[in-house]
Amino acid sequence: MAASLDPRIADALALLPNYLGQHVILSISAVALGIALGLPLAMVSLSAPRWRFVLLSVVGLVQTIPSLALLALFYPLLLGLSLLTSAAFGVQFSALGFLPSLIALTLYSMLPIIRNTVTGMMGVDPAIKQAALGVGMTPMQSLIQIELPLALPTIMAGIRTAAVWVIGTATLSTPVGQTSLGNYIFTGLQTQNWIFVLFGCVAAAVLALIVDSLLGAIEHALTRRERRKLAVSAAAFAIVIAAASFSSFNGTGTQYVIGSKPFAEQYILAALLQQRLAESHLTSEQRAGLGSSVAFDALKGGDIDAYVDYSGTIWTNYMHRTDYPSRDAILREITDWLRTQNGVKLLGELGFENAYALAMRRDKAEAMGIKTIADLARQSAALSIAGDVEFFSRPEWRALERDYGLSFRDQRVLQGTFIYRAVADGEVDVISAYSSDGEIAQYDLITLEDPKQSLPPYDAMLLISPKRAEDRALSDALSPLIGAINIERMRRANMMLAAGPGQQSPDAAARSLWNDIAHRP
Amino acid sequence: MQDGSFAISIRNASKTYSERDAFALRDVSLDVRNGEFLAVVGESGSGKTTLLKLINRLVEPTAGEIQVAGHDAKAIDPIHLRRSIGYVFQEVGLFPHLTIAENIAITPRLLGWDKPTIAERVRELLDLVRLPQDLAERFPATLSGGQRQRVGLARAIAARPEIVLMDEPFGAVDAITREGLASDYRTLHDRLKLTTILITHDVVEAVLLADRIAVMREGVILEQGAPQQLLIHASHDYVRELMAMPRQQAERVGALTAGAE
Repeated sequence: MAASLDPRIADALALLPNYLGQHVILSISAVALGIALGLPLAMVSLSAPRWRFVLLSVVGLVQTIPSLALLALFYPLLLGLSLLTSAAFGVQFSALGFLPSLIALTLYSMLPIIRNTVTGMMGVDPAIKQAALGVGMTPMQSLIQIELPLALPTIMAGIRTAAVWVIGTATLSTPVGQTSLGNYIFTGLQTQNWIFVLFGCVAAAVLALIVDSLLGAIEHALTRRERRKLAVSAAAFAIVIAAASFSSFNGTGTQYVIGSKPFAEQYILAALLQQRLAESHLTSEQRAGLGSSVAFDALKGGDIDAYVDYSGTIWTNYMHRTDYPSRDAILREITDWLRTQNGVKLLGELGFENAYALAMRRDKAEAMGIKTIADLARQSAALSIAGDVEFFSRPEWRALERDYGLSFRDQRVLQGTFIYRAVADGEVDVISAYSSDGEIAQYDLITLEDPKQSLPPYDAMLLISPKRAEDRALSDALSPLIGAINIERMRRANMMLAAGPGQQSPDAAARSLWNDIAHRP
Repeated sequence: MQDGSFAISIRNASKTYSERDAFALRDVSLDVRNGEFLAVVGESGSGKTTLLKLINRLVEPTAGEIQVAGHDAKAIDPIHLRRSIGYVFQEVGLFPHLTIAENIAITPRLLGWDKPTIAERVRELLDLVRLPQDLAERFPATLSGGQRQRVGLARAIAARPEIVLMDEPFGAVDAITREGLASDYRTLHDRLKLTTILITHDVVEAVLLADRIAVMREGVILEQGAPQQLLIHASHDYVRELMAMPRQQAERVGALTAGAE
């Protein structure tokens, strides 16, 4: 049986304890905090109609912010706060992962909890409340013995809704560095591994169903006051949480954290770094699929210890430079900026570029005598070009237009793998590409040279966090990778993650890449 | 205590619920003797429920003074006051999530009675209001309207109050059940030597049960006296008209049956 199992399912299962455990801890914490804050707020609002209106409006407004944006907002916010507290009190906390996710999800959970509590409490028959006072209850006794028990089904329904929402939305916490079942989905989407995507969705849905039905059983037992049923369902609930949580502790206590951005090449490189560390008997975990600027900030702040970034990204996005001096000058300035401004150590370049490039079919380019972008510019008026959504609005494209005087007969936007299909089928003549994409080899394309150096270099660089800058064990374990990955090797590894039969996991691609390096140094 | 002293004494009480509203009660004075059964009759909106709630401080008067058992009600802790006075609510107001036994036991429990004493008291009360013992563990929703009224009654007298306030207690049940309930309660009133104020809009009920009747209209007590006295020579037009209704109805019914023979 095990032999017939799809390797991608086996990979997914191996990751399940950690992903599920972290997902459960995060979701349960958020709902618990949502209850702890939401219930008292709702209670206080019962006797103050104006305050109730404000409260319900605010939590309703929070709900309209797209979940991904809400999660993303809290990372820079907390990072700023952490810098402030560190400057003022010497207290620094991790702004990555758990904390921003917890805050955002707690806010999300509060609408159903508060709204249902208010509805439930206001729905208690006034005659019953009057009777409670009439038999001699204090307002507090009436609240606890009469009103709360009568509103309980409605309040519990709100808590169940909150739990289901939070478990679903927690999958979006991956880009801010919180491991969750969303890691399957984000990795799967980026590497076109649909089994991973499906696995993540199903796991989150099953978890939501289990939690919802257990909470339902607890509610039922509470309202019917069946002590045994209450004990059994509460125990089952506790066991599910404990089991899921404990399973994730296997993965904690690791020495290093490796980061990656959300695309295939980054997943392979992160896996490769982890394998290298393991070879030197160093344990590590991965914060996968971080947003681009999140990754660099996380490295600076010490939330991750190492990851691979690209010189062009550092130059344009982090240093905000728009001039493109020579490759050597750029490299010198970047190294200096990393060290002096950020304390980040540049261990070295891996040996390939993942740059913006213009690509053509080899046969067509040869037939037209085009080798460089300058050659292309002379014939571009008769040709068509396609780029991805971002490309035509980036400074790189404006630089190309300016320096070479490019002007095409037709210009259109295509997405992802379609762009390679289009050029391979001859639908368009030229495309924007990333130089390390596996498809360049697969479709027998060539990338055009850039004699005027209009495009900045995008050399892959291995970066080490400030707090690990002097860590010899880490540097020694990773330094064999410096200069060891040429563009052909990276393209082959990237190709292994392409969709279709024979699709491999990032781990497998990383192992194969290392084999390449080890056997033909 | 028995004669001369009042269980309840209301002096010049007025109540307005807000500045703009008309008076719910206007300068009302009323005395209730120990052991007396007083019925307050009036149409809805006449202020009779407000009057009742003044006594156990579910409503505070805008002006005037209320004495309960010779003490100024304002000086008594309202929680303590309510636990010492039985109250039967218009909508019965049984707690739907508590069993019949728990509903009946609520005030003794609040007063801190011990469990065996409460259990014994619940059994006693079920007998007293003539309900079968096996209802004890059921929930209110499974009882008939008449049974629920009896539970409400048992709950009101559970902590052995001397005063019982009843707000249209027999309103929600059919005529025959109502007749049985009302006469059963009058028996209890006499046996337990209670002081009772009964709010009702049913003149017949008031005439048949009460020692004395007070007629209210628009926040004012128009006239009060023994049933016979009001039936025979009421001085106020409205009261005379109101008190004549049962006899007129009886005559019409009598005429119909006479015609049929």
